[in-house]
Amino acid sequence: MRRTLFESLVHGPLTESPPAPNDTAIAELAARVDRAARRRLGRSLAIREVDAGSCNGCELEIHALNNAFYDLERFGLRFVASPRHADVLLVTGPVTKNMREALERTYRATPDPKWVVAVGDCALDGGVFFGSYAVVGGVSDVIPVDLHIRGCPPSPNELLKGLITVLEQVSG
Amino acid sequence: MPSLASIAQGRLVNDHRPWPRVLVTPEIWGAVAKELAAGRGALLGLWGDAGASCAVHMAVMAEDTKDIVVISLECSEEQFPSVGALHPPALRLERALHSLYGLRPIGAPDSRPWLDLGFWGVQYPLGARSAAPPAQPYEFLPVEGENLHQIPVGPVHAGIIEPGHFRFTASGETVVRLEERLGYVHKGIESLMAGTTIESAAKLAARTSGDSTVAYGIAFARAVEAAMKVEVPRRAHYLRALMAELERLANHFGDIGAICNDASFAIMHAHCGILRERVLRAAQFCFGHRLMMDQVVPGGVVADLHAKGVAFLKDALQQFRQTFPRLVELYDNTASLQDRTASTGIVDTALARRFGASGFVGRASGRDFDARKNPGYPPYQELNFDVPVLTDGDVNARVWLRIREVEQSFALIEQIIERLPQGPVAVALDMGERVGEGLTLVEGFRGDVLASVKLESDRVVQCHLRDPSWFQWPLLEAAIDGNIVADFPLCNKSFNCSYSGHDL
Repeated sequence: MRRTLFESLVHGPLTESPPAPNDTAIAELAARVDRAARRRLGRSLAIREVDAGSCNGCELEIHALNNAFYDLERFGLRFVASPRHADVLLVTGPVTKNMREALERTYRATPDPKWVVAVGDCALDGGVFFGSYAVVGGVSDVIPVDLHIRGCPPSPNELLKGLITVLEQVSG
Repeated sequence: MPSLASIAQGRLVNDHRPWPRVLVTPEIWGAVAKELAAGRGALLGLWGDAGASCAVHMAVMAEDTKDIVVISLECSEEQFPSVGALHPPALRLERALHSLYGLRPIGAPDSRPWLDLGFWGVQYPLGARSAAPPAQPYEFLPVEGENLHQIPVGPVHAGIIEPGHFRFTASGETVVRLEERLGYVHKGIESLMAGTTIESAAKLAARTSGDSTVAYGIAFARAVEAAMKVEVPRRAHYLRALMAELERLANHFGDIGAICNDASFAIMHAHCGILRERVLRAAQFCFGHRLMMDQVVPGGVVADLHAKGVAFLKDALQQFRQTFPRLVELYDNTASLQDRTASTGIVDTALARRFGASGFVGRASGRDFDARKNPGYPPYQELNFDVPVLTDGDVNARVWLRIREVEQSFALIEQIIERLPQGPVAVALDMGERVGEGLTLVEGFRGDVLASVKLESDRVVQCHLRDPSWFQWPLLEAAIDGNIVADFPLCNKSFNCSYSGHDL
């Protein structure tokens, strides 16, 4: 273990420089954020991830945000275990009928001010699962969405871009 | 003693490939169920059919000869003799079959719905669909005893994971019963596939379980190719195997790190995360998608591997070969970590065999089965690799099994790159007026994925996909028995069952 730790010191971090915030996303968000909330949050956002029916692909890439290359926490963004601790809900998947109530309850359990980021093509409108007897549709069919991050699944870089945009807008 | 396959006698169905499908009588259906219960065969799948006449299908593999056969029983009055009554691994499959098709297993000990949580607005969506009656509260199995308490967990879990419900009953810290309730991510994939084009169905298959998108891609493609009698170019087989092994590496790296992380050993998680990211970047560089989604299609693969890709992979492998052994050493030499993983969450060998558990869950409990070897499919017959098997059946064994499989995947990728045949990477599918059926077993990182496809010219009439998790989830309930509640995340991660693949 000592050797592994020592090498980490010598080699320097793998973490890469962050992508610039996304212009269209800024426009989508700008309308929804009020200044008082910005001050209150102080450049730190707690994120609660909710899988509302995804294939697990988006989850894998959201996980990657925590690895050494993307190191999400350097931005003051961190994943929390309860919606009660969260400022942002990161929701994936077409919302299945079986998850609709759980998503609504998670949303209600999240204190105001809160933001919802819908992740992935399915979260936008149901994607390839649109029209199924078991699927409601996109996330915005169930709860209000502040930002969509497209992709199937979106890469960690695209996710980072979206989340930095939220951070800049709500706490800038 | 007659083998399972010879018992399964009946009228042979034309155009089912590569293994036979026979229409049987209820007596033969029952006889096969008895053979399964006696341990002379493994259940591979059990699904329904709402075609011209309602039917149930059961895919089985004989334990001795490894012969595979599908038996079909036409259901009179929408019912069939329960297999689960004799052979418990069939129970959840039958409950799902009833919830989806409305076909009732006669004599089944458990008639509660499965996958249907009462929110669809319809009942029997794949069968005689009708408006759903008011939903009944779900009854968990009764638990009796002094000083027991229950802990309901989910569907929304504390981490970045899929949704499902776990009902723990504990005595103090010790779990005396875990009951799972799944179905939250049921998307109705089978119904979306019915009647659609092969192309759209392939997209759905690739999104059945995102972590196994390559395995599902290959399974669906091979089933379609079997149904259409299409031969795929050799280079395509090799590229598919390359993607499958990259997918295995990425998932195993991620799992090894995540299991250690659930025992609060974060340094392994950090380093395994780096390895996983490097695999995904190699996939992006070589195939243009980090998870290689939609890269396998019926007929072959989408993109060819370029020379720069080969060089990139060689570099990456060299790095892995340097770094990974040190992490293995770290795992092996950290007693405090082993204290958590060794003798935790044991799956008994007999139980693993009875459930036909595949993947690391089965092989860490002594069940020597790998679909790449048996029934086997190209190009694996031309490649040298071992199937590691351990017998301890605990979390530690499931970690070591992944470690050994990672080493095998290194060797496989090196061989594939070395021997990559020249030539085209796909053939055009000849869409005729033909009818055909195909069945396939493909080894994903988690275990064997079964795909059954019925085609009519370029349309999918029916496609049934069975995730390996179907036969692993029930074993998790058994594994946690007698362990402390705090060890559940560790056990669960060491299984890493799929929710989406199971829920469909």
